[in-house]
Amino acid sequence: MSQDPAQSGPGPAASPGSLGPEAHVMVGNADKFINWCRRSSLWYLLFATACCGIELMQAGASRYDLDRFGAVFRATPRQSDLMIVAGTITHKMASRVIRLYEQMPEPKYVISMGSCANTGGPFYKDSYCVVKGVDLLIPVDVYVPGCPPRPEALIDGIIKLQKIIDQKKNFAAKA
Amino acid sequence: MKARAEALPTQEMLINMGPQHPSTHGVLRVILRTDGEVVVNARPDVGYLHRALEKIGERVTYAQYMPFTDRLDYLAAMNCNAAWAWTVEKLAGIEVPERAEYIRVIVCELNRIASHLIAFGSFTADMGAFTPFLYAIRERERINDLFEDICGNRLTYNYVRIGGVSADLPDRFLEKTKEFLDYFAPKVPEYNNLISYNKIFVHRLANVAAVTPEDAVGYGLTGPNLRGSGVPFDLRKNEPYSVYPEFDFDVCVGTGERGTLGDCFDRYMVRINEMKESVRIVRQAIEQIPEGPVMAKVPRMFKPPVGEVYFRAENPRGETGIYLISDGTVNPYRLKIRAPSFVTMGIFEKITKGLMIADVVAVIGSFDIILPEIDR
Amino acid sequence: MEPKEIFEKVTEKFGGKAVELQGEGFRPAFVVVSPESVREIALFLRDDPAMKFDSLMCLSGVDYKDRFAVTYHLHSLSVGHQIGVKAYLPREAPSLPSVDMVWPAANFQEREAFDLYGIVFEGSWDLRRILLPEDWEGHPLRKDYKYPEFYNGIKV
Repeated sequence: MSQDPAQSGPGPAASPGSLGPEAHVMVGNADKFINWCRRSSLWYLLFATACCGIELMQAGASRYDLDRFGAVFRATPRQSDLMIVAGTITHKMASRVIRLYEQMPEPKYVISMGSCANTGGPFYKDSYCVVKGVDLLIPVDVYVPGCPPRPEALIDGIIKLQKIIDQKKNFAAKA
Repeated sequence: MKARAEALPTQEMLINMGPQHPSTHGVLRVILRTDGEVVVNARPDVGYLHRALEKIGERVTYAQYMPFTDRLDYLAAMNCNAAWAWTVEKLAGIEVPERAEYIRVIVCELNRIASHLIAFGSFTADMGAFTPFLYAIRERERINDLFEDICGNRLTYNYVRIGGVSADLPDRFLEKTKEFLDYFAPKVPEYNNLISYNKIFVHRLANVAAVTPEDAVGYGLTGPNLRGSGVPFDLRKNEPYSVYPEFDFDVCVGTGERGTLGDCFDRYMVRINEMKESVRIVRQAIEQIPEGPVMAKVPRMFKPPVGEVYFRAENPRGETGIYLISDGTVNPYRLKIRAPSFVTMGIFEKITKGLMIADVVAVIGSFDIILPEIDR
Repeated sequence: MEPKEIFEKVTEKFGGKAVELQGEGFRPAFVVVSPESVREIALFLRDDPAMKFDSLMCLSGVDYKDRFAVTYHLHSLSVGHQIGVKAYLPREAPSLPSVDMVWPAANFQEREAFDLYGIVFEGSWDLRRILLPEDWEGHPLRKDYKYPEFYNGIKV
């Protein structure tokens, strides 16, 4: 994929009607190309605060293998495109969540994983120190329900996010 | 290392480790004061996941609190479920059918294996070896499958009930468990071949942050952390509850085999060995499990008698104690959870003095802390 | 050793500072002591060769509506017995001596009781809020605690 055409060896045998082995040309929409790059390398911030963090870990490990979708975990927000908020956010943690989000480079996306991050979950009613949904702090693109969501649900969330990215117009006139 | 630090004095630096840090196992924040690479002082700052579990306990009924115990220690949710059930049963004097107790022991010990697998996997990942983590999750997924069979969830089970368990074991569960044990038993030596005696790994852990037996007792360390310091204390043996007296198993203790007694390596090895013992317990429980009902008669409006009770159970991370005060109504009056990880953090500042920064990560991993339990 | 014997021994040594024995309905039983003598009784319980309570299992604050209490659950690894110690405190300005010099495990749990109940442990080497942010108002586990509406501009 990343091979330089000039250095690559002889390409596949030219089939009738193609431009020949030397030609590596793809014609398409620039938006599509950019979005394809972005959606296929969603490096996510390993932001696991509670129970969902374990499912996030297991989603990235042997059986579910999140790497298939180009999603690789990063330990630092500076290298991440996607923040998977996996777990409960408390008021003590709130300012840190905002700071982490601000440290991520644009374009950035947020998946809110699990009931706690969506709404406060089981702690909604009786807890005095749980933020009732991470969307009170930062904008969220995809909500994944469940307490905790299964890895399949998280994968579904990531695919949904990829669809959102696909629709993005990068060259639209600024209003 | 200390001598060198004195010879070359540098300016002290304040480093924030966490709350977002991959090797603090969650949202632990450690405020490090360092002199070069040497830690002068490491102060843990906890509470970033304080979810008010104790206050919630006062506002819900006894049965409603069961799902919250799942979230108290999600790596050992079955153990926490069972600890809560045992506490309430001790308070109210409920007789639990024997089959239910056997089921509880089977699921608790399976959960202990699953929890130690995460401890093993994430600890080795912290130490720079990512492969064992994938091995550990591979086995853990099979335990998750077993639990999914019996209660439908992978992580937070809500399976144990006050007075028994919510449902009897599904068909072929015991056979499947046996198959899993046959599969898992040879894996522990495989882990040892893979990483435990790897020279680099041993060097990272041996002689690091040794806790003397006196300190371990005084600072309230429990479970594998206490036994890592060579104190043979296991609640399943010393203060037997449930049907644990029926089983034959050994209490694993640290021996200082690669360094000082009570160092990170000892704590690590205790967990590895405990997985083998859990396999033994589950095998015996499968052999001995009787037929019968799985639920005692517990009224729907459950009101235990007035009283105060303290019950402690041996969880993967140590002694989970529940101090429960009942005033005779449907809600607990006061509920205090003595969480092993929380008490363990008390010794952190003392034993990290003079270590290197990278060793602090080893210490956190070797204690196998979990944040929801620290912050509750 | 049975709770009764322990209570008798403590009364023998400290007289009226040990108030009563709560046995019925309490497991383990509690020796109720006056709050200002908690530290000396703790030292006695730890060091006496017949007691040897070397491990503090659980330290907890309790709000009994009319008064507060601090409970200590003790266990002896060498002898193998258990006892609870309880000290009742007034609701106004509750304070009692810290036992973190007796059992270092007490420090974190005392900080927790301070944080959630506002009980002051005198002589503690590090008494700060532990679970809640430093600027949090009130002590949430008190029975008369009112949940705040906002914290730092975020709805609670």
